[in-house]
Amino acid sequence: MKISLRNEAIEERFHDCAGRPLGGARGKKNRQPAPLEMTVLRLATMLFVVAFAVTALSFFAPQALAQVTFERLLNSSREPQNWMTYSGDYAGHRFSALDQINASNAATLVPKWAYQTMAGGKFEATPLVVDGILYGTGQDDRVFALDARSGRPIWQYQQALPVDIRPCCGRVNRGLAILGDKVFVATLDAHVIALDRKTGNVVWDVHAAEHAKGYSFTLAPLVIKNLVIVGMSGGEYGIRGFIDAYDAATGERKWRFNTIPGPGEPGHETWEGDSWKTGGSPAWITGTYDAATNTTFWTTGNPSPSNRGEGRAGDNLYSNSLLALDPDTGKLKWHFQFTRHDEHDYDATQVPVMIDDGGRKLIAQANRNGFFYLIDRSSGKLLFATPYGRVTWSDSRDANGVPVERKEASPTLEGVPVCPGAYGATNWMSPTYDPQTKLFYVTAREQCDIFSTAPQPYEAGHAYYGSAYFPNDEAQPFWGALRALDPATGKLKWEWKHTSPSWAGVLSTAGGLVFTGDAEGNVIALDAASGKVLWHFQCGASVFASPMSFAIDGKQYLAVAAGSALFTFGLP
Amino acid sequence: MVAGFVATVFLWAAAPAMDAQEKNPFAGDPKVAKLGEYQFRLNCAFCHGLGARGGGRGPDLTRAQKHHGNTDGEIFHSIHDGIAGTAMPAATNGGIGVGMSDEEIWQVVSYIRSVEKKASALVTGNATHGKELFYGSAACGTCHMVNGKGGRLGPDLTSAGTSRSVDYLAESVRSPSKRLATGLSEPMKDFSQEYETATVVTPEGTKLQGVVLNEDSFTIQMLDTREELHAFEKAKLRSFEKTRESLMPAYDAKSLAEKDLKDLIAFLLAASEKGGAQ
Repeated sequence: MKISLRNEAIEERFHDCAGRPLGGARGKKNRQPAPLEMTVLRLATMLFVVAFAVTALSFFAPQALAQVTFERLLNSSREPQNWMTYSGDYAGHRFSALDQINASNAATLVPKWAYQTMAGGKFEATPLVVDGILYGTGQDDRVFALDARSGRPIWQYQQALPVDIRPCCGRVNRGLAILGDKVFVATLDAHVIALDRKTGNVVWDVHAAEHAKGYSFTLAPLVIKNLVIVGMSGGEYGIRGFIDAYDAATGERKWRFNTIPGPGEPGHETWEGDSWKTGGSPAWITGTYDAATNTTFWTTGNPSPSNRGEGRAGDNLYSNSLLALDPDTGKLKWHFQFTRHDEHDYDATQVPVMIDDGGRKLIAQANRNGFFYLIDRSSGKLLFATPYGRVTWSDSRDANGVPVERKEASPTLEGVPVCPGAYGATNWMSPTYDPQTKLFYVTAREQCDIFSTAPQPYEAGHAYYGSAYFPNDEAQPFWGALRALDPATGKLKWEWKHTSPSWAGVLSTAGGLVFTGDAEGNVIALDAASGKVLWHFQCGASVFASPMSFAIDGKQYLAVAAGSALFTFGLP
Repeated sequence: MVAGFVATVFLWAAAPAMDAQEKNPFAGDPKVAKLGEYQFRLNCAFCHGLGARGGGRGPDLTRAQKHHGNTDGEIFHSIHDGIAGTAMPAATNGGIGVGMSDEEIWQVVSYIRSVEKKASALVTGNATHGKELFYGSAACGTCHMVNGKGGRLGPDLTSAGTSRSVDYLAESVRSPSKRLATGLSEPMKDFSQEYETATVVTPEGTKLQGVVLNEDSFTIQMLDTREELHAFEKAKLRSFEKTRESLMPAYDAKSLAEKDLKDLIAFLLAASEKGGAQ
C-alpha cells in the first residue's frame, strides 16, 4: 500500500514552501524527461526555478546533484552536509565532519522539528539526508521522505505486512540505502524494494526468502557500485542465513553468500549432522566497504538454536563472524569467528569499523560478547582481544589469543549466571570512530543473565531459541555507560555512566562532540575528549537508535529517533 | 431470511471458536504439560521465573488463586490478549516472548496447572492476627497499603499475596534489601524502577531521605520519609547519594517471631484473594 502526499508542485523536483529547490536537478543531463504536454506556463516556471536553483545553490549548499552516484558515496567526506549511507561513510565511522555545533555552543542546542510515525515499538532507524531531503524508515516498514528544513512529509510508503511474518525482536527497520534516483528498503516480510526517491513509487520488489519460515530483513541495505547488498535476520527461527546482492537498476539477484557452508564447502564440517540446515547465522547489520582492496566487511549473528549447543557440535561457521567478501562476486576472502559454538546469543552484528592506524589497515569491533577486537583487515588475523565490559563466559584464550567459552558457562536446565547477559555488552546500536580524537566510542551494557536451556524440536516458522534467559537479580543493579576506548590498545579513556543499560548508538562530530541517548529518553551531547556532558534533552521515551548529523541552508542539525518520533536539534 | 441466514452462519462459525477458547483441550495430559514447560521457558520465564515461581517482574503462578481469573479460559485469555493495566503483554508475535499459537497457549495453561500448589499447604497462619500485627505492633501499615488503608512510602501490598510466592514474601520481610521491590515501569524500558533509597541535600541545605520513585541521569523524583513528594535536578543538589539498602527495617526472628511472620503472610494472602482486607 502506498500513501501518496504528492501534489503538482512536486512533480519534477522538490521545492520548499518558499519555492526554493530542495536539491533538485542542477543540469539537463540529470533531469527526468519532460512530459510532451507540458504547458508553456509550466515550462516558464521550470526555467525560473532552474535559474533560481543555480542562484540558491551557491547560497545554500556547496554541492547539490540530483543523482546519487557511487562516486558520491565513495567520496562522502566531500559533502558533509549529506548523510548518504547508514553509518555516514563506507568505513562505518558514524563521524560527521560538520563543526558548526561544537563544544563551545552545544549547551544552547534546541529542538528544531519532530516527525511522528505514530507507530508503536522500537524506532531504530538512522535516516539519510541528500540535498535537503531526509529519507527515513520507521516501525512496521514505513518509509518516508521529509523536507529536511521543516520535517514535513513529501511522500510516505507503508509495506503491507502479512500476518505470518516472524520478527524476533520487534517490528523494526534500521534504514535505507540510496543510489541514483532510488532508495532501497529491506522489509520484515523478506522483500527488498526499490522506491523512486521523488515519489515513493515502487520501482522493483523482490521476495528474497520465505518470511513465514522466519526469514526477515531489519537492516539498512548497503550500496556498492551498482549492487544493493542485504543480510538476513531470523537467527531465532532456525533459518539458514545469507547475504544477497541485487542489481540496483533491475532487482535481479547477482549473488548470494550462504553464511552456513553447504555440503562439500569448507566449514561445513563445523556443524553436527543436519544442524547446518537450521543453523541461523543471520547477517542483520549493515556492513562496511574498503574501496582500496574492493572488500566488503559483514558480520553475522548467532547459530540456532541460540542458547543450546546440543545437537550442533562444532564451531558452527560462519556464525558470530566477521566476513571479508568480494562485493562483485560474493566470494569469501577470509573470515574471523568471534564466538565459537555460541550458547549465549552473542551475535557479532555490530558495525565492523575500518580504522587506518599509520600503515596498519584494521577492523575494530566492540563485540556483544564483551571483548573489544582489533583485526588486520587484509588477512583477518586477530591483533588482540580485551574486555571492555564485565565478562564471565570466557576465562581463557586459544593459541591465537581468541577468547574461548568457559565450560561452566554452558546453559543448563537449572540455569547458570553469565555476563554479559543475552542482550550483550553492546548490541546493534552503532559505535563511532572519531578520526580527530582517534577514539572509539561504544554504548556498553552492564547486565548479567541466567541462561537456561529449553530443549525443543525445530519446526519451520516457530521460534527456535532452545533456551530461556532472564536477568540475574543477584547481579543487580544493571547499568550502562558510554565508553571511550583507545582502539590501538582497547584501554578505557573515559566513561560516562547511564542510569540503566542504553540501546542508543553514538555519533562523533568534527565539533569535538559525541552524541548518544539513553533508555530514560535523554539525548546527550558530551565533550569527545573528556566525556563531560554539555547538553541533554528529554524526548519522553527511550532512544533506540543511533544519531546522525546533516546541514541545510548552511545550518547543522542533529537527528535521532526516540519513542515514536524522529527529533532534530540545532543552534537557536 | 437473509438476516436469519447470516445469524446461522455467524453462530456456526463462532460457536466452536468460543468453545475452543474456554476449555483446555489437553487438560490433564502430562506430555502436553511438558511441552508447555518449554513454551513457558521461552515466553514467560523472563518475568515469571523458572518453574513459574515468580520473579521481581511477574507474579508467582504456582499459587492456586490467580489475581486475573482462575478458570482455564480466563488464564488462556490473560495469555492470549494480555492484561490491560499491567505489564502482561498479549501472546501475539513480538508482543510476548517469541509468540505462541492457541495450541501452545493451551500447553502453557496445562503446565501452569501442573505446578500449582494449594495455598493451604503453604501457609497455616492466622490472618486475623496477621492483620493486627500489620496495622499494630509490626507497623507494616505505616509504609504499606492494603486495600486503600496504610502508608505510601513502600509498595502497595494489596495484590502481593497472589502475585508473589510465600518464600518471596518471607524473604522480603526478613531481608528487604536482598531483592528490592520494583515500582514504576515505563513502556520501552527494560527494567522497572526499584525501591532504592536516596539521601539528598537540597540547594537550600535541607537533608532529605526517601525512596526513589523515578530517576534519570539528570533528575530524580522521590518520596521522603514523611511522604512528601520532591523532584530535583541532580546538578543543583548539594549532595546526592543512592543506596540499595531498603528503607524498610529487616525483621529478624527477635522482632518478628516465625509464627507471627506466618500470620502476616496469611493476612496478605487472604486480603489479595478475597479482594478486601479481612
